[in-house]
Amino acid sequence: MKRYLCAFALAVLLAGVCLTGCGKNGSSKGEVVVYNWGEYIDPDTLSMFEEETGIKVIYDEFETNETMYPKVEAGATVYDVICPSDYTIRKMIENDLLQEIDLDHIPNAKNIGAQYYKEAEGFDPGNRYAVPYCWGTVGILYNKTMVDEKVDSWEILWDPKYKDNILMQDSVRDAFMVALKTKGYSMNTLDLDELTEAKNYLLEQKPLVQAYVVDQVRDKMIGNEAAIGVIYSGEAIYTQRENPDLEYVIPKEGTNVWIDSWVIPKNAKNLENAEKFIDFMCRPDIALMNFEYITYSTPNDAARELIEDEEIKNSPIAFPDLSQYDHLETYTYLGQEGDELYNELWKEVKSE
Amino acid sequence: MNKQKRYRKLLGTPYYLWSVFFIIIPLGMVFYYGLTNRNGSLTFENIAAITQPEHIKGLFLALGLSFLSTIICILLSYPLAMILSAMKVSTKSFVVFIFILPMWMNFLLRTMAWQTLLEKNGVINSILSFVGLPALKIINTPSAIVLGMVYNFLPFMVLPLYNCISKIDENVINAARDLGANSFKVFTKIILPLSVPGIISGITMVFIPALTTFVISKLLGGSKILLIGNVIEEEFTQASNWNLGSGLSIVLMIFIIISIIITNIFDKGGESNFL
Repeated sequence: MKRYLCAFALAVLLAGVCLTGCGKNGSSKGEVVVYNWGEYIDPDTLSMFEEETGIKVIYDEFETNETMYPKVEAGATVYDVICPSDYTIRKMIENDLLQEIDLDHIPNAKNIGAQYYKEAEGFDPGNRYAVPYCWGTVGILYNKTMVDEKVDSWEILWDPKYKDNILMQDSVRDAFMVALKTKGYSMNTLDLDELTEAKNYLLEQKPLVQAYVVDQVRDKMIGNEAAIGVIYSGEAIYTQRENPDLEYVIPKEGTNVWIDSWVIPKNAKNLENAEKFIDFMCRPDIALMNFEYITYSTPNDAARELIEDEEIKNSPIAFPDLSQYDHLETYTYLGQEGDELYNELWKEVKSE
Repeated sequence: MNKQKRYRKLLGTPYYLWSVFFIIIPLGMVFYYGLTNRNGSLTFENIAAITQPEHIKGLFLALGLSFLSTIICILLSYPLAMILSAMKVSTKSFVVFIFILPMWMNFLLRTMAWQTLLEKNGVINSILSFVGLPALKIINTPSAIVLGMVYNFLPFMVLPLYNCISKIDENVINAARDLGANSFKVFTKIILPLSVPGIISGITMVFIPALTTFVISKLLGGSKILLIGNVIEEEFTQASNWNLGSGLSIVLMIFIIISIIITNIFDKGGESNFL
């Protein structure tokens, strides 16, 4: 009995080794395991990378920073390159999950504009861990045929006129950001009074909200399902392409400016390939391909120069002049207790 | 003989491995996380957390909506199962086929299809407005969730009921008629009691998935209505608090076991004896 079991186990093991081994032997240069947001890259760039370098790309996607983080922390899969947002990068740095990136090995990183590196210092002092990939703002997308008045404030999301025509973000930081900013507070506050006020404000809004959604804001706005939605600037260009009645604004109370950046986790197995991958992504032609495919603003100045359509190149949505806006902020990591507090309050809003 | 036995055992190994890797170990992990805090020390906090107002509310809402859906499923399925069992074999299999057909499609897709159907400018409302009727406003309300539950789980009620009713011996019914029972009496005294096992397995197969769902409430409720399933899901995906998520899952398991015990009390020696 035992012998058979052993034989069976061995067979299974061998089959497993063979399967993974075969994959490895397919390319002599090894592989790079990439973990990125869903629909956040032009798939052609991946095959180009494979062709040019002979490195096999194993590509995995996540939907939110919050789903990505525990997987990386648990180390269930060992990734070589990850693309988290600002506050999550801070959290990963603080919890010692990342390794420093040697920019000498990534010559194309110089294509990233200096102002983005400066912005990134907020979560990565000294720019030691992260190379910016995409950036943008959070704002209001509205349908000109349904909204007549001038839209320049978050307060329109509390206007009873638009009952059942408002789409809110179903993510704790973005939802609280809107409420906190409207009340004139910081989006990174840990002050319980301010947060409680924001929570009550969100509760007040709930009867007016059609639905709390994340990616569906895009499709619902294109399909004229709602008049006003909270959306990431990167989605705005895409939605306007599909439905010209839509307009994007950055509210006057200020909003979140975010940067998603490439990082290399501490336990990465293919450091050299990870550097090559990041370098490839920073190449102007590749960054341009990605920009055109995903329409999220690129921090790659050289790539922006290559954009042929002048209107897009100087688009106030894709490349807003941030100095014109007041009260812009970037999310910071709130610490575990802070995270729990926000989640608790958000749950109270959602369950009401 | 001995050799044969050995082979038999050997053939069983895949199932042992399956149950160890995909049932016992995951369950063990749920209990491990549920009974510890982030630092790994033993605590009952995560279980006790069910008493928090937003958790208890999610639980009762889930219990209520899935109870309602189960009742609706029974009311819809019972007549259908009786009609089916009285049909000719050829028509019968056709109708059963029609009922099973949607199940060939992914559950998620079907629920998303309902979202598109029920939307403000969705298919149903376009038709309604075309014929001059007022719009149907049930998307993002509990009614839409109940609709989604009933639609998705109805076949699981129809099939066991139909199986059970069609197995009832014609002679028993004829004997009752011979002894002077009218149709109503035949139904209440013969068909209904004999179909209890079918009702019970139908209830278990509808009530439990409805109680634990989070997809239906998310898609058709617009994330505005938190059922206990959504609370648990968000603990894992958004709050990354696996301990609390696991603790609440254990509570949910307890409620499922209770519901199975209750249904088994009504089912004496029937086919759905899980425990």
